[in-house]
Amino acid sequence: MLGKTAGGLFWMFRYLERAENIARLVETGERMALTRPDGADGEWSSILTTAGTHAAYDAHHDDVSGEAVIDWLLRSSDNPSSVMSCMEAARMNARTVRTALTREVWEAVNECWMTLRDLLARKVQTRDLPKALATIRARSAFVRGALHGTMLRDEMYDFARLGTFIERADATARLLDVKYYVLLPSIAGVGSRLDNVQWEMILRVVSAEGPFRHVHGNTRGASNIAQFLILDGRMPRSLAFCYKKIGDNLDYLYRDHGIRKPCHDLADEICHRLSEMTIEDIFEEGLHQFLQDFLARNTALSHQIEQDFRFYR
Amino acid sequence: MGAAIFPNRYEPIGLVSAIAFWDVPREVAPMNSDPLFDEMHYPDGTPRAAYAEFARWFDGEDPKRLRAKAREAEDAFRLTGITFNVYGDPDANERLIPFDIVPRIIAAREWAKLSKGIEQRVRALNAFLHDIYHRQEIVRAGVLPVEMIARNEAFLPQMIGVDPPGDIYTHIVGIDLVRTGPDQFYVLEDNARTPSGVSYMLENRETMLAVFPELFTSNRVQRVSTYPRNLHASLSACAPPACEGTPTVAVLTPGIHNSAYFEHSFLADQMGAELVEGHDLRVVDGRVAMRTTRGYKPIDVLYRRVDDDYLDPLTFNPDSMLGVPGIFDIFRAGGITIANAPGTGVSDDKAIYSYMPEIVRFYTGENAQLENVPTWRCSEKEALAYVLDNLEELVVKEVHGSGGYGMLIGPTASKKDIKAFRAKLEAKPGNYIAQPTLSLSTVPIFANKGLAPRHVDLRPFVLVSPNGIEITPGGLTRVALKKGSLVVNSSQGGGTKDTWVLEDE
Repeated sequence: MLGKTAGGLFWMFRYLERAENIARLVETGERMALTRPDGADGEWSSILTTAGTHAAYDAHHDDVSGEAVIDWLLRSSDNPSSVMSCMEAARMNARTVRTALTREVWEAVNECWMTLRDLLARKVQTRDLPKALATIRARSAFVRGALHGTMLRDEMYDFARLGTFIERADATARLLDVKYYVLLPSIAGVGSRLDNVQWEMILRVVSAEGPFRHVHGNTRGASNIAQFLILDGRMPRSLAFCYKKIGDNLDYLYRDHGIRKPCHDLADEICHRLSEMTIEDIFEEGLHQFLQDFLARNTALSHQIEQDFRFYR
Repeated sequence: MGAAIFPNRYEPIGLVSAIAFWDVPREVAPMNSDPLFDEMHYPDGTPRAAYAEFARWFDGEDPKRLRAKAREAEDAFRLTGITFNVYGDPDANERLIPFDIVPRIIAAREWAKLSKGIEQRVRALNAFLHDIYHRQEIVRAGVLPVEMIARNEAFLPQMIGVDPPGDIYTHIVGIDLVRTGPDQFYVLEDNARTPSGVSYMLENRETMLAVFPELFTSNRVQRVSTYPRNLHASLSACAPPACEGTPTVAVLTPGIHNSAYFEHSFLADQMGAELVEGHDLRVVDGRVAMRTTRGYKPIDVLYRRVDDDYLDPLTFNPDSMLGVPGIFDIFRAGGITIANAPGTGVSDDKAIYSYMPEIVRFYTGENAQLENVPTWRCSEKEALAYVLDNLEELVVKEVHGSGGYGMLIGPTASKKDIKAFRAKLEAKPGNYIAQPTLSLSTVPIFANKGLAPRHVDLRPFVLVSPNGIEITPGGLTRVALKKGSLVVNSSQGGGTKDTWVLEDE
């Protein structure tokens, strides 16, 4: 397949993943604002940081308010990571790689785009927000379903999946890094009321409240949560899970092409770290340090894949 | 080769011979007084044989249901993304071409005759191209004046003496036809460069099958869906000498912003070929190769949807970013097949059109089965006499004019205008050509108040390979949706219809 097509698939699925992640951030922010009116504005600020768009937001706004942040994250064309901008970019990439997609995947993406374009044509009113967010979630699920149900498991699928998991690992690591201070083991061993609020937020952003309860019962704790989101290979948004998938897909590419490339080594190193380290090791190294290091490696891997499979040159 | 035949400077030639009816401004649309030929109904309102089944079905349908179905069809098009881009209009970046649910139906017998004529014409076009880029026998024989070639900007001197694989120049051709009576078709224009619209032909059928499946059990309609496979086979059969094993076919597009991008990706997808842009390609070891995830891979046949001028900055327009530097040399050396071959525009140029009857006769030894719109070249004495005698019935155009300037439309012109024009014509007859006005056929569309007749044209698609000439039954029917309008252009309120060729009864 063409290098350009591989790159188009990779980015199409990064953008789709990002659109979903941003929508989930909005959902969490709104939930916090509704249930804890006291501390909401601070949360909106940290949500902007998690979305990696705080500086850009500040450049366009005088202050941080829920209404403005929601609009910025959902539909602003000044924000390249807004849900709508991501959908535009995903669909643009889909058009570029149309020949690599099944009709079902293309139509699911196109319909997702058409629906969101209408849905986000105007400012979303608070009362319409839950329904809008549910629609975004449902439409992205259709795309994922079409991908799983109809795409041939060849290199096209591998690049789509690599994009998904690189983006997802980036999002989870960013979220943890923004909140790392509430995840440090406390001397008391029990979380304060404020910690509990923050933990709830973290779990919600990664849709992990239910799964976490399932594994850890109702006892939340900083290291439990950090362990769950970094090292638990069963949790589909954890760093370990993402890298298990990245490793698999790179491995398929290796078998398919018959050549080991530098990106394979980079991914192996990251996988190795995630499988060898315990959460205690990570705290010892410093959670913030660990996450910064991870984010840098994740980005480096993305660039390496780009080069090794000739996306641009 | 006489040195004087190919001057180095090519002046644009403005001869407009055929009146493409969408070029005619609406308010002056030429029409004569004959009753219009409606393809569905006899003048007394009863349906013609080919439409009998359809008419029966239509009469039994609730218009409300049909309107809902028409919306369903539109949704299907939107979902597929079969849109065209409108340059410079960011709000309407991707527009749908309106689709009308009433099919245009052609009887098997009508089609058989028509397709014979098309095949003959396409054969002649290819032979003409070979000759023009080799010995120019047709010029030597005095059938075609040398200026028609020498001063033709679509003529590519770089193609002289080049032998494309299989001696095929026009792998894909679209012939634009209009109809005026039961057995009367005219060729309005030949499209021998990169004809577009075939994706609409295919998607219109898919949509009709999805929205009105019942119609296809009561009517036996010839399939069009084999086109992409035939296209692939046809292109593969033209693989160049350098090809080893199964030919690798790719489609070259100017990119996602091109108005026909949907079609380019659609055809690549349907053929299982890669869709490439200039920046995906480069010359590697004497071949044109595409950048894949595994490195560069040679291409054998390139179905290019990029104009000649942009194909190779080293040979043609040096500013082109869309092409591949060096591709022309590789083509000349037999390293790649370019479809259609560069320089085919010389055969569908407006200057050449009026000579098509002679061209067909010269290369096939037969009279042309498909008629041209008759064109009088006023430079010829007898023609001039006829034109002067019949000014009030003809359309007279300046050879070098374009856009309707300096044109006389006899039926709608005043006596004074005709008189003034007569003086100009007598002074410089060589500057003018003349054509009769045609009453174009109509096919009904489904309008608010039921069926309403509208003017149509037809573009059948033809594939040419060493294995023969293949014509997909039907083609693309474009329809002028506005009452009385002759403009079928999609940018000006034109739409499309599914085109049925029935199986033999």
